[in-house]
Amino acid sequence: MPPELAVKPNVWVENLAGTFPGRQFIRQTLAVTECEVRKVLHEPLEPILQSLQPVLWMVIFGPVFSRVSDIPTGGIRYADFIAPGILAQSVLFLSVVYGVMILWERDLGILHKFLVSPAARMALVLGKALSAGVRVAPQIVVVYVLSLLLSIHLRWNPLAILGVIVAVVMAAAFFSALSLVAACLAKTRERFMGINRMMTLPFFFASNAIFPLAMMPGWLRIFSRMNPLSYLVDALRTLMLPSWHSEFGLLLDFGVLAIGLAVLLAILSRLYPQLVY
Amino acid sequence: MFFGLLMSLDLTNSILQPVHPRAEARVAAADVTIELRGLSKRFGTAVAVDRLDLQVTTGSVFGLLGPNGAGKTTTVKMLTTLLPPTSGTAHVAGFDIERQPVDVRRSIGYVPQFISADGALTGYENLLVFAKLYGIPRAQCRPRAEEMLRYVGLADQGNMRVQKYSGGMIRRLEVALALLHQPPVLFLDEPTVGLDPRARQSVWAQILRLREELGMTVLMTTHHMEEADALCDQIAIMHRGRIVVAGSPDALKQGIAPDASLDDVFLHYTGDVMETEEPGDYKDAARARSKAQRLG
Repeated sequence: MPPELAVKPNVWVENLAGTFPGRQFIRQTLAVTECEVRKVLHEPLEPILQSLQPVLWMVIFGPVFSRVSDIPTGGIRYADFIAPGILAQSVLFLSVVYGVMILWERDLGILHKFLVSPAARMALVLGKALSAGVRVAPQIVVVYVLSLLLSIHLRWNPLAILGVIVAVVMAAAFFSALSLVAACLAKTRERFMGINRMMTLPFFFASNAIFPLAMMPGWLRIFSRMNPLSYLVDALRTLMLPSWHSEFGLLLDFGVLAIGLAVLLAILSRLYPQLVY
Repeated sequence: MFFGLLMSLDLTNSILQPVHPRAEARVAAADVTIELRGLSKRFGTAVAVDRLDLQVTTGSVFGLLGPNGAGKTTTVKMLTTLLPPTSGTAHVAGFDIERQPVDVRRSIGYVPQFISADGALTGYENLLVFAKLYGIPRAQCRPRAEEMLRYVGLADQGNMRVQKYSGGMIRRLEVALALLHQPPVLFLDEPTVGLDPRARQSVWAQILRLREELGMTVLMTTHHMEEADALCDQIAIMHRGRIVVAGSPDALKQGIAPDASLDDVFLHYTGDVMETEEPGDYKDAARARSKAQRLG
């Protein structure tokens, strides 16, 4: 027989009684993401420091490889061809290390605090995944500004740019969720960094980010078709380059990222609370 | 006298020797806010918590004492729904920790052993984010966060990032975070580890104030006997996952010798551990020390 309720429930619980549960879920998700927005606002230099890699790739790698005449880019300049690929690369590289954050938060005790709150576990992990999107989004500006400077022809249609933002945030959420799952399984920072190194480069090179699929040997093309990054790159090329024709179709591109994200979040919401055991 | 058997708290102790002036009134009400029944946790073959039975009276400060590795933190993790028990049950504020975890979470405040405030955010931002996670209505988030900053004496440092706070200030902010949603129950896991004596005194004063002003039920773990003596109405000493003795601090001291201290009580019931084995593990020690360093 449970003991009688000796204390009156706190006032906020009563306030919650009549509200639509979905609204609380969205509010909790955004509260977790808000942490990240506020951190970026406190350290506005960070996105600039993180832009070094895309700058090097677009300024050095692009022009040099443009001189290789037989890369089948479908009739567009190689420098144009890789601009969306470099943005996708930024998304991948920044998101895939994001998992280490929760290992830090676990070691400090911040994670405990989140898990003791009544927030839905799914809201907590979705909020975390979207936080990676917040981290990565400034790189869109970096790539667009560089493209202007390097006179790369981009589509400036606002709807297309909105599509790029959605694709980048979804893909950042997908790859960070993957990274968070890896962190939950690895449990220590050292092991996570090992797994991380094993994940990053295969994702990058076995994709269409810097080489067209047509150039790859058959077996690699199969891997590349299974690689979610290829779908991000295809979506970005379609939305960013005026004369690019989507290889997979935008619907499939976004579908792969959305379904992949949903599956990873379902796994993550089970694994995440186990980090504090 | 060694109690090998598990003990529930004997409330008559506090009637005979009230430690705090309000003890008698609380006993008269005899409400129970936290109740454990055979609560156990095994990790593989290791038994961390072994069939705990315990009752914590509403409005009292209860101390869970014991050497490192005795199972105190594991017990608190189960009561705060962070860790599912292997067997047994517990109720917190009337809710079952396994079947009603969200209700338990709404009813409790928790100050973990390690740092739980985000150093990259300001004190105010920490409070604001948690106000939203706890479902505090939009219009009340800001006033509530400011009210809590004033309550713990951080009103002037609210817009400073927590990484610049001193150890005592961080602890006070964490107490504010734990009280934000006005929970009836508060869990404090080693609240003064790594704090200098002055900061420790201010945390103590705050805990006593919670009971006096808000009538909260507080369950705290500690291995400082002085702390338990100063704060707790009732204590239970844990050793190897079991409660070896429980009662009011005065009653336990009387049970050992007329002029015994709580240190004597502690050593009496857990003494064998000192000679035969080193309790806790490397990770515990590393965390405690790095925390002590961070809090300066």
